[in-house]
Amino acid sequence: MDTTIDPAISVRQLNKRFGALHVLKDIDLDVMPGEVLGIIGPSGSGKSTLIRCMNMLEAPSSGTLSFKGRPVGRRFRSAAGDIGTGELRRRVGMVFQHFNLFPHLTVLQNVTKGPVVVLKQSAAEAEATAMALLAEVGLESKRDEYPAHLSGGQKQRVAIARALAMKPDVLLLDEVTSALDPELVGEVLNVIRRLAENGMTMVLVTHEMAFAADTASRLIFMEAGRIAETGSPDEVLHNPKSERLRSFLSRFHA
Amino acid sequence: MYHWDFYVVFQSFDLFLWGIWATFLYTVGSILIGGIVGLAAAFARLSRFAPLRIAARTYQEVFRCTPLLVQILWAYYALPLLVGYTISNTTAGLLMLSFYVGSFYAEIFRGGINAVDKGQTEAALAVGMSGLQNMRHIVLPQAVKKMMPAFINQSVIQVKNTSLLYAISIPELTYMTAVVNSETYRPLESFTLAGVMYFALLFPLTQFADVLERRMRRSD
Ligand SMILES: Nc1ncnc2c1ncn2[C@@H]1O[C@H](COP(=O)(O)OP(=O)(O)OP(=O)(O)O)[C@@H](O)[C@H]1O
Ligand SMILES: [Mg+2]
Repeated sequence: MDTTIDPAISVRQLNKRFGALHVLKDIDLDVMPGEVLGIIGPSGSGKSTLIRCMNMLEAPSSGTLSFKGRPVGRRFRSAAGDIGTGELRRRVGMVFQHFNLFPHLTVLQNVTKGPVVVLKQSAAEAEATAMALLAEVGLESKRDEYPAHLSGGQKQRVAIARALAMKPDVLLLDEVTSALDPELVGEVLNVIRRLAENGMTMVLVTHEMAFAADTASRLIFMEAGRIAETGSPDEVLHNPKSERLRSFLSRFHA
Repeated sequence: MYHWDFYVVFQSFDLFLWGIWATFLYTVGSILIGGIVGLAAAFARLSRFAPLRIAARTYQEVFRCTPLLVQILWAYYALPLLVGYTISNTTAGLLMLSFYVGSFYAEIFRGGINAVDKGQTEAALAVGMSGLQNMRHIVLPQAVKKMMPAFINQSVIQVKNTSLLYAISIPELTYMTAVVNSETYRPLESFTLAGVMYFALLFPLTQFADVLERRMRRSD
C-alpha cells in the first residue's frame, strides 16, 4: 500500500479463545482516523471481545494488533518496537455498558483521576480540562456529586468525559446505552453524535440501528466470531447480502 | 453474703494501669505487624504465581487452625530448641499474636479486595493505569471501606487474645490482675475489675464497628 496514513487501529488475523471456546476467528480490521466504525451482531457473536482486544483488556490468543502502525506488545511499558498496553490504553479510551464510574470519587475526580495519576497533570490543569468536558456533556453543576446520586444517562456522560480527559486518539464504546432507561438514551447518543461530527475516531458496538445508520461511517456485522459483512450503513442495513444479516435486522424493524 | 471490698484492690491500681498499658502495647504492636503480614499474605493469595499463593494459604491455615495459646507456648518453649537460642517472652508473644491476627486479616483484606467490582479495575486500566496505580487509587480505597467492620471486629478479638500472654508471664492486664489477686487475696474484686476494664476498652469499639457497618449499608 502506498497510502501515507496509518490506520488508528489495525487488527490482523486475530483469534481469541476462552479455553475451548473460540470467540474470535481470523479477524482482519482497520480503523482509519476520523472513522466511526459501528459493530452490530447477535448476542455472543464476539463484539465485546473484539472491542476489548483493541485496548488489550483481553489479550488476543493469536494475531496482531497495531496502533498507528506500531505493533502492540503484551507488557505494560512501551519498548523499542512495541507500544505497551499502558500507552495504548492512554491513547485509546473506553466507555462501558455499565459505566464503571469510581463510586468513591466525585464526578470531577472521576474525570481528573486518569490525567493526574497517569499523565501526571497538575490538579489545576486536570480540573480545567475536566470542567470544560463536563460543560460539553452538560454536567458542570454535578461536579461535586458522587456517582450514586446520578441518573444512568448522567453517569454515562461522566464516563464519556472521563475517557475524553485522556485526550484519546480513539474512543471505544461498548453498548453504552443498553443499560439505560429508554428516555435517557437520547442524551447520551447526542453526546456521541457531537463527537462524531467533531471528527473523533470511534468504534462503537450498538443495538441502536437508527443511530448506527446516521452516525457510523462504516458498519460491520459480526456472526459467530467472524466479520460476516462490512460496508456503509446504507449497504449493510438496507441491502444485506447474507440471510443471517437479513434475519438479524428483521428483529429490529418493528 | 459476700462482703465486697474494692479498697485493697484499688490500692494496687497502678498495677492494673501497667497491665492496661502492656495490653495496649501488645495489641497495637501486633495489629501493626499483623496488618503488614496480613496485607502481604492477601496480595500473595491474589498473585498469579502459584507457589506464592500456596505459601500464603499454608501460613493462613496453620495459624487459623491451631489455638493461639498453643502457638504462644510453642514459640516460647519449643521454638528455641529448634533454632538453638532462647527467645524472650516479649518476642515470642508479640510474634505469635501478630502472625495469628495476620492470618485472619489476610482473609479480611482478600475478601475486601475481591468485593470490589471487576469493572472498577477495567475502568482504571482503560485510562492507562498500571496494576499498582489501580490498586492504590481505585481498588484499595473501596476495599478498605468494605473491610472496615470486619477489621475492627478482628481487632477487638485481638485485644482479648493478649490475655493469653499470661501463660508466658507477660505483665499485661490479666497477668497483673493475677498479681493483685495473689497480693490481696481478693479474687472476686480483682477479676471483676479486670473484666470491667476489658469491657470498658472494647464496648466503644464494637459500637463503632456497628455504626460503620450501618453507615456503609446506607451508602450502598
Ligand atoms: N471472560 C470470558 N470467559 C469465558 N467466556 C467469555 C468471556 N468473555 C466472553 N466470553 C464468551 O465469548 C462469547 C462472545 O462474547 P462477547 O461478550 O464478545 O459477545 P457479544 O457479541 O458482545 O454479545 P452481547 O451482544 O450479548 O454483548 C460468548 O459466548 C461469551 O460467553
Ligand atoms: Mg457485548
